[in-house]
Amino acid sequence: MIQYTIKRIFQTIPVLLGVIVITFILMYMIPGDPVVSMVGERYDEQTIKKLRKELKLDDPLPVQFIDYVSNVFQGNFGKSFITGEPVMQALLVKLPNTIILAVTAMVIAIISGLAMGLFASVNQGSFLDKVTMFFALAGISTPVFWMGILFILVFGVHLKWLPPTGFGGVEYIILPAITLGIRSAAYIARLSRAAMIEILEQDYIRTARMKRLPEWKVLFKHGFPNILIPVITLIGTDFGSYLSGAVLTESIFGWPGIGRLALEAILKRDFPVIQGTVLFMAIVFIFVNLFVDICYGFIDPRIRMENKND
Amino acid sequence: MIKPGRIWNYFFKDKISGFGFLVVLFILLFGIFAPIISPHDPYTQILDFRNKPPGFTGEVISYRLEPDLPVYTTAVKSVTVHKNTVKYLDTIDRTFEIEKKMLNGKDRTEWNKKIRFYLGSDNFGRDILSRLLYGIRISLLVGFCASTISLIVGVFLGALAGYYGGLIETCIMRVTDIMFGFPLLLFLIGITAAFEPSLTVVFFAIGFVSWPGMARITRGQVKQTQENEFVKVTEVLGFGKSRMLWKHIVPNSLTPIVVMYTLSISSAIMAEASLSFLGLGAQPPIPSLGAMINSGIDFIKISPWISIAPGFVIASIVIGFNMLGDDLKSTADPLMKK
Repeated sequence: MIQYTIKRIFQTIPVLLGVIVITFILMYMIPGDPVVSMVGERYDEQTIKKLRKELKLDDPLPVQFIDYVSNVFQGNFGKSFITGEPVMQALLVKLPNTIILAVTAMVIAIISGLAMGLFASVNQGSFLDKVTMFFALAGISTPVFWMGILFILVFGVHLKWLPPTGFGGVEYIILPAITLGIRSAAYIARLSRAAMIEILEQDYIRTARMKRLPEWKVLFKHGFPNILIPVITLIGTDFGSYLSGAVLTESIFGWPGIGRLALEAILKRDFPVIQGTVLFMAIVFIFVNLFVDICYGFIDPRIRMENKND
Repeated sequence: MIKPGRIWNYFFKDKISGFGFLVVLFILLFGIFAPIISPHDPYTQILDFRNKPPGFTGEVISYRLEPDLPVYTTAVKSVTVHKNTVKYLDTIDRTFEIEKKMLNGKDRTEWNKKIRFYLGSDNFGRDILSRLLYGIRISLLVGFCASTISLIVGVFLGALAGYYGGLIETCIMRVTDIMFGFPLLLFLIGITAAFEPSLTVVFFAIGFVSWPGMARITRGQVKQTQENEFVKVTEVLGFGKSRMLWKHIVPNSLTPIVVMYTLSISSAIMAEASLSFLGLGAQPPIPSLGAMINSGIDFIKISPWISIAPGFVIASIVIGFNMLGDDLKSTADPLMKK
């Protein structure tokens, strides 16, 4: 187990470095002189020279790269062109809001997704199954941002059940969390249905039914635990869609998280903030995947063994 | 390999399965014939008819103030034709007089039209239906171009990795690992933000971020196909390595690649819509569906149709391609059909 964990951690290092290299290249390709975008149109030669020196922009590329990497490892993601605030500081201030939103969305997605999937698998082939699966397909195929707008329109503007946008009490989180969770719920529904159908055909389920166990016991005691591994895998790999979705959802609902920070930076063309946010989210994503992978090692001994034989 | 006859049978035996195919077919037709079927020009702004509800009708005339100026279209209440001039009453009862030679076209039906906004008009007084039809074109264009880029790059690198193995495989697969390290949309935001936003950047950005999935599938498939008898026969016959790979192994590994291609079209369309929604994709006045949704947000209370209609269209396109992909998947692998 320890061997597997260590191996998995070592596999992450090149990915992490690669992600930093790509972000560095993207920063480097940004059109125009970063110093000019910092000081604006009214500048004099002296300030430019001073700033270039301060930002070490005249250093050779490899030196700049090494500086960048060491800065990233020290948690220094650069400074905003506009406010001059360190990007990391801005990210840490907004991070808790995004985590609250993402976790709420995830809970909603897991509960509703599993419920839909199990419901459909029990009624396999029936009209209800088809309707449920069509909803799941629609959930995957509908743009998150549009869904959010519809929710605002229906529940916020017309029915006035919930505040359309803003930040504050519990009532503010409901619409954005549902919006953010829908896509994932639909994926979980499709996957759990397929997995459950496969498991219900297994011999041990037939045995359980022959023993005249009540059907709910067959489903929840013998069937359900077996679909958890694929579902957990999906939730782990789908974590990226929560991060991506956060940009869209937060921008619509005015939720003050990392996504909104990125959107405001896009609108103002504040490149260090954009790239810093992208890098930050990529790093979070990589660590979540690492964590999920190590978790399966604990849950499923087969995964540990497979990796051993590599 | 998917045989055309088999797909045909499959679609027309099971009505539900044919649905995705039909949706895609209709959307392709709408996209291709957009210039013929769209009732108006998607760029013409009629400022008096801003934010009008679906079904709104009105009368307009179009003219040029100077021969080299663009055509100006304006809303009118009534028009009277005189010998050399045309008098019209605008929507707030002001009378204007213009010379006949300034009118756009000779025939009255050309410069004086009754128009109907079947799906309403947007915040610039443009016809939403026409913009949707042109928007479908842009979505499809991005979907096909971006997926084709990812197909070419992904299949090429994936096949190399699967067939040659060793160092080549390790390098290519490490790169795909790195690319998978980014959440998709955020990666796209990072790339498109580094350039001047335009549709071309969107094509290449989406193609660039989506090839790793294609490469992984191709690699696995090539490895599997390599185990077949016929490959061993060609090996015995002494065929060259590259001929064997591209003429025998890759064509026999295509099924999951075709499925992946279909599904990647839908995710490319979704990605373009999201980027355009964030202002990083097609720039105004290009009628991109994502950008149209965004432009309606500020008017959501007075004219919600601006944002609602394009969302339906995106959802239908994506549902169509997803269903088609699912169908192809179960056709290719009948065991999965349940």
